Amino acid sequence: MAMLEVENVHAYYGKIHALKDISLNIDKGEIVTLIGANGAGKSSTLKTMSGLLRPRQGSVRLEGEDLTALRAHEIVTRGVIQVPEGRRIFGQLTVMENLDMGAFTCRDKQQIKTNIDKVFILFPRLQERRRQVAGTLSGGEQQMLAMGRALMANPQVLLLDEPSMGLAPVLVDSIFDTIRRLHKEGTTILLVEQNARMALQVASRGYVIQTGVVVLSDSAENLQKNEMVRKAYMGEN
Amino acid sequence: MTQTRSLWEHGVKTGIIGGVAVLVIALVGMVESFHRRDIIAEVITMGQVLLLIGGVFIGYIAAKRTGSDESLAPGLNAVIGSSVTGGFLAFLVIVGRLINLRAVLVNASPMLYKLLTLGHKGVAGIFIILLIGMGCGVFAAALFYLPRLTRRVIILSLSSMIIAGVLQDLIRPVIAAWGPVAVVSEWLFTGNGLTVSGSISIVILIAVVMTAWALKGQDIKSGYGNLSGGSQRGIKISAFFMLAVVLLALPHILGLFLSEVLTIVGLYVLLGLGLNIVVGYAGMLDLGYVAFFAIGSYVTAVLTSPELGFFSLTFWQALPFAVVLGIFFGVLLGIPVLKMRGDYLAIATLGFGEIIRILVLSDFLRPWLGGAQGAGKIPKAAIMGYQFITPQQIYYLILAGCILVVFISLRLKGSRLGRAWMAMREDEDVAQAMGINLVATKLLAFATGAGFSALSGAIFASKLGSVYPHSFNVIISINILCLIIVGGMGSIPGVIVGAAALVGLPELLREFAEYRLLVYGAALVAMMILRPEGLWPEVRHKMELHAEEENNIGEPEPSTAT
Ligand SMILES: Nc1ncnc2c1ncn2[C@@H]1O[C@H](COP(=O)(O)OP(=O)(O)OP(=O)(O)O)[C@@H](O)[C@H]1O
Ligand SMILES: [Mg+2]
Repeated sequence: MAMLEVENVHAYYGKIHALKDISLNIDKGEIVTLIGANGAGKSSTLKTMSGLLRPRQGSVRLEGEDLTALRAHEIVTRGVIQVPEGRRIFGQLTVMENLDMGAFTCRDKQQIKTNIDKVFILFPRLQERRRQVAGTLSGGEQQMLAMGRALMANPQVLLLDEPSMGLAPVLVDSIFDTIRRLHKEGTTILLVEQNARMALQVASRGYVIQTGVVVLSDSAENLQKNEMVRKAYMGEN
Repeated sequence: MTQTRSLWEHGVKTGIIGGVAVLVIALVGMVESFHRRDIIAEVITMGQVLLLIGGVFIGYIAAKRTGSDESLAPGLNAVIGSSVTGGFLAFLVIVGRLINLRAVLVNASPMLYKLLTLGHKGVAGIFIILLIGMGCGVFAAALFYLPRLTRRVIILSLSSMIIAGVLQDLIRPVIAAWGPVAVVSEWLFTGNGLTVSGSISIVILIAVVMTAWALKGQDIKSGYGNLSGGSQRGIKISAFFMLAVVLLALPHILGLFLSEVLTIVGLYVLLGLGLNIVVGYAGMLDLGYVAFFAIGSYVTAVLTSPELGFFSLTFWQALPFAVVLGIFFGVLLGIPVLKMRGDYLAIATLGFGEIIRILVLSDFLRPWLGGAQGAGKIPKAAIMGYQFITPQQIYYLILAGCILVVFISLRLKGSRLGRAWMAMREDEDVAQAMGINLVATKLLAFATGAGFSALSGAIFASKLGSVYPHSFNVIISINILCLIIVGGMGSIPGVIVGAAALVGLPELLREFAEYRLLVYGAALVAMMILRPEGLWPEVRHKMELHAEEENNIGEPEPSTAT
């Protein structure tokens, strides 16, 4: 049964019709990827799930519960956690304080400690730099911190918005390794990526969106073979 | 070719900016009016000190902007910068002596020229101005090349001496009140300014203390660190106890006039701590903050004043209503501006502040609030027969308020709510995505700030015994904001230091009240250049802004020591 379902969602920014009848679903424990060109509406789709953007029509459901009735901070308590595009870490706070903020909804001190340990095992770099002001971290470290901060909230569903953006190939690999690890631990992941090649390697299924419309949805294998996808998103001709 | 140009560039540019600034200071009459006060009797006046500080400051900035290398370039630029500044003044004197500028510039008087040229006529006078400008530059260059510690010692000991001179009216009666110690005051001060020997001793004393602290302070700190938990606690408790004793004894040490100043500073500390929550903690720029001060005052007036004649509650009975209504209006203002950020929020709140002031002033509400005449006969506060009437007594009331508010601020800062404010200040959207309820968090910030402000307003009403609409001008909001910025955003001690500097100092220097706003502006600009994080910053900001500097300085020092 689908864990997260987006059904016929329409969303607007003022008069701009950004999402036109988007539907997609993610099963429990699955990695699903969302690919599309700049401005296609990928981030907007994620925002409707995390409550930062309210759909004008349609519904978003988590295990049957309607999320569109909830506000963003309430959706967080349901375990839907977004890692925003461009990292958006708290630049003036230290690494530790950023992680603490991630655990804002968690009131159990012991649980927070366990989560911090978990994050530090995933990203040993963050442990070395836990007292450093986050704004002075390198781009890659900031991405790790953004993911670590999201993990502090015990995500059931993790929404990753372009985690590999602007990173060197080595770091991209390591971020994708982390995604695989989280997947093995049972986290459900929706991955938005420009890097379609990498995304389709880790995902089991994928959706392609163009100007706010889902134009294609298939298994990752089939998408990798699909000519249109290869041309438009994997840089082949 | 480009090399030579860029070599001069910073000195000339900074010098031109500084020259214009100094001209403004001279032409608004500040130099002349400051000239009436001596810092060191018969030797140097406040006006001269002002110009000299300006000259040295400009030279130092020029040097700093040129670079931090060991070469001659920064020093050269310091001298150029200060000399150019001197050149501007010299130019003013030349032009002023040839044509009468007074028709347009009232303060361009022969008196000013005489002061600038140290009384010398003709070419000699011009020469002296240029020479002094250059001298400032040389001094600035010397400061620049000196090691950090020495530089700090020199700056601090000289500024202590200047401060002692400026605040003579404050310091003299305080020392004089201590019986036998009164001789010290005779020896330090003349009727107008420090004595020569007094000023030299102050400089030497501060320099020695500073050096000793710099050399041994680390030992003392580590010695303190090595002490057992119990004795550390003991030291903390006794320090706390001493602070308490000083705070309690303060009005009696300082006397009537200074206690009055203290009460004003105290009211601003209350206001500042409230606005600090809204602006410093939660990052929302609120320019209508004075509205809650007004609401606190007027609620107290309406509930207590027999002149208005509705109720005649005591101060203590009215106080909870004042605070609760303040909080209520805080939330009420908060709701419509929930979606606003930055400049828009500032404008909207500014409007709210004005609306409240105009309402209070209006004829429409006159039967209830007294209109332009305000309302009087507000009773003084009293506890079990002890009345808070004189400034010395009211001081204790305000002190109690400050302690309460400092305590609440401290607790809030470390709380869950404090963290939510911090996250919101950094990034609203992400804060929301972390599970923070933006609406509640924002409203709580407005409510807390408004509550503190209303408390201050209630005490203000009782202190004055009457309320008038004109006490609640926008300029109060601006003042509070300035003191937070100068003290250090988000920092509790910063608010206290800021209030002392921006409210206390002007009260002490009443004779120069007309330059108050100019000095505010200058202070803000100087702060932005020298200490963008404020006088007593919140620890985090300090780390971030000076991270580079600290690394640069932290490294070479061990190598020079060995
Ligand atoms: N806050 C906003 N206000 C107005 N229009 C917006 C806003 N955010 C996004 N849009 C518009 O909505 C459309 C979809 O944007 P979205 O950010 O979802 O694209 P995206 O697929 O994530 O692109 P990218 O790969 O560049 O991040 C774009 O046309 C964009 O200009
Ligand atoms: Mg995007």
